[in-house]
Amino acid sequence: MSAFLSRFALRGRSLVTAVPLLWLGLFFLLPFAVLAKISLSEAAIARPPYLPIWDWADGVLSFAFNIGNYLFLIEDPLYLMAYLGSVKIALISTAITLLIGYPMAYVIARAPQHRRNLLLMLVILPFWTSFLLRVYAWIGFLKGNGVINNVLMWLGVINEPLVMLQTDFAVYLGIVYSYLPFMILPLYTALVKLDEALLEASADLGARPFSTFWHITLPLSLPGVIAGAMLVFIPAVGEFVIPALLGGPNTLMIGSVLWNEFFSNRDWPVAAAVAIVMLVVLVLPIAVLRRAQSREEEAN
Amino acid sequence: MMTQANLAKGLKPWNDPAAAPFVQIKNVTKKFGTYTAVNDVSLDIYRGELFCLLGGSGCGKSTLLRMLAGFEGPTSGQILIDGEDQAGVPPYKRDTNMMFQSYALFPHMSVEKNIAYGLKRDGVPRAEIATRVTEMLSLVQLDQFAARKPHQLSGGQRQRVALARSLIKRPKLLMLDEPLGALDKKLREETQFELIKIQESLGVTFVVVTHDQEEAMTLSSRLGVMTAGKIVQIGTPHDIYEYPQTRFVADFIGSVNMFEGRIKDDCEDHATIHSADAGIDILVSHGITGVEGQQVAVAVRPEKIAISRTAPVGLPNVVPATVEEVAYMGNLSVFRVVLASGKRVKISQANLLRSDDDAIAAGEAVFLGWAGAASVVVMA
Repeated sequence: MSAFLSRFALRGRSLVTAVPLLWLGLFFLLPFAVLAKISLSEAAIARPPYLPIWDWADGVLSFAFNIGNYLFLIEDPLYLMAYLGSVKIALISTAITLLIGYPMAYVIARAPQHRRNLLLMLVILPFWTSFLLRVYAWIGFLKGNGVINNVLMWLGVINEPLVMLQTDFAVYLGIVYSYLPFMILPLYTALVKLDEALLEASADLGARPFSTFWHITLPLSLPGVIAGAMLVFIPAVGEFVIPALLGGPNTLMIGSVLWNEFFSNRDWPVAAAVAIVMLVVLVLPIAVLRRAQSREEEAN
Repeated sequence: MMTQANLAKGLKPWNDPAAAPFVQIKNVTKKFGTYTAVNDVSLDIYRGELFCLLGGSGCGKSTLLRMLAGFEGPTSGQILIDGEDQAGVPPYKRDTNMMFQSYALFPHMSVEKNIAYGLKRDGVPRAEIATRVTEMLSLVQLDQFAARKPHQLSGGQRQRVALARSLIKRPKLLMLDEPLGALDKKLREETQFELIKIQESLGVTFVVVTHDQEEAMTLSSRLGVMTAGKIVQIGTPHDIYEYPQTRFVADFIGSVNMFEGRIKDDCEDHATIHSADAGIDILVSHGITGVEGQQVAVAVRPEKIAISRTAPVGLPNVVPATVEEVAYMGNLSVFRVVLASGKRVKISQANLLRSDDDAIAAGEAVFLGWAGAASVVVMA
């Protein structure tokens, strides 16, 4: 009886781990394999718009892998520029979110217990409105006769409207605004765990407030910084909606290129290759950060 | 007063009116909202002392210590260290260091870096830091563990890192918040003597906060007993134990038998207290400042009462009793007896023999006896 029970328990445990594995397999690995397959095929005017990678004729099964799509990405500088542009915009946005998010998270973590939940609520509150609508609302603020320009002109600060919409500035603003909560929450989690006695000990040993921050608070909140940076950087690289709505013709990001390849050019194989390369570009920094983070956790 | 009378004057700085106190706490009050944590405390601590603040949780002892370190400012009153007013002086500008109850070791730094932290912040040259850290490591016997992180150490080792870190800047005043709280009994006793040794060899003034009366008795040159934000008695461990001034102090330090009574006779060198509790007039061999008929209590420590089957000769205070219970504690046997009045009394007796067939057992009728110098009158 007990043997049966323990076997049942064992099966229950493997079931629990099987569900997420199945989920990942079904909704990540399988589509990824399909994408990889498409990226190796040849474009065609057909439905779907690419040729199969294998052929069965006269009893011969032949495979044709077309790596031309990948070569094309190297040949045309547009793609490299778009990748670099995305990484640059994502990096700068991550840095700005960190600079804005850290003090906010710090204040929330040091606030009295009963006020923390309210402040956290305020951070999460924007999620109650659709992401698309919130980005769209920025157009109303930034455009030539938008809220900001009107207020500034009414105050007499400027004489003619500032060009803000359809610039890189608007893209940075949109990304920082949208992803700020993803930076604040992990930072808060790291900072709220910080023992107040450590800060007192540091002050007691002669460290001025900034020195205490630099030597104690910052190193101990590093796991939060890494987690927050990943949560902002990764989606920002592949961001499509924000540059499409707020960016201008000069804003070159890989998300828009991907969209164009799929929907305007209907070149699915090249689009698939762009997506695969983007994944590889993203996996690299993630792996590096993950290693840094696990080392940090080991140390503590 | 009796408390001071039996101490050799001049040997102890607190008895020398000319001696300048190193730490002066003057009428300090600390309020958190409507709650008064420290209530009008005045206290002088002298250079080279090992002063213990003893009290239960919430008595204000830690708040007082935090005010000395500069983490809290007094609501009213003044704190002087080495003659300098500490009002508005932040912790990082004070020549004091603190060993935290939780040790507060920096988890991301090795033992070595933890100890060096204070010197690095002061910009001490690298070579000097290295030698002083090495010295400190050997003082606390942690040479082997310099490269370890705090989480790789045992509780006792962490405690020694914390001590080394707080000593390395050679503070004028070292504060220790429940320094031995997290250690087991054996390690505690060892560390107590180590602390005293370090304190004597370095000559640093120590202020120790503890709730453990045994710790306070062993460590301190003097101790202050605190309750409800006030210091109720200051004295040497001997004073506090043998001459408690209030019921609270008598009860808090060690165990005690209290006989309620009224002053019957009060002379210069002795007094008698009529106690219905004890059923006799208790002779106390010290004078008291009270009026006849005043309600007081006589405190007698359990180890100062003799227990025997026949009435003891030569002792002024003799009371018949019946043994209710005998508890064997190894080094001691503790007798719980009941008097004719129904009052229960505790007596402890050293077990001089390994086994005693003639030992007094539960249910026996016995006599209790104690000397006039064994008891002390507490007024409040």
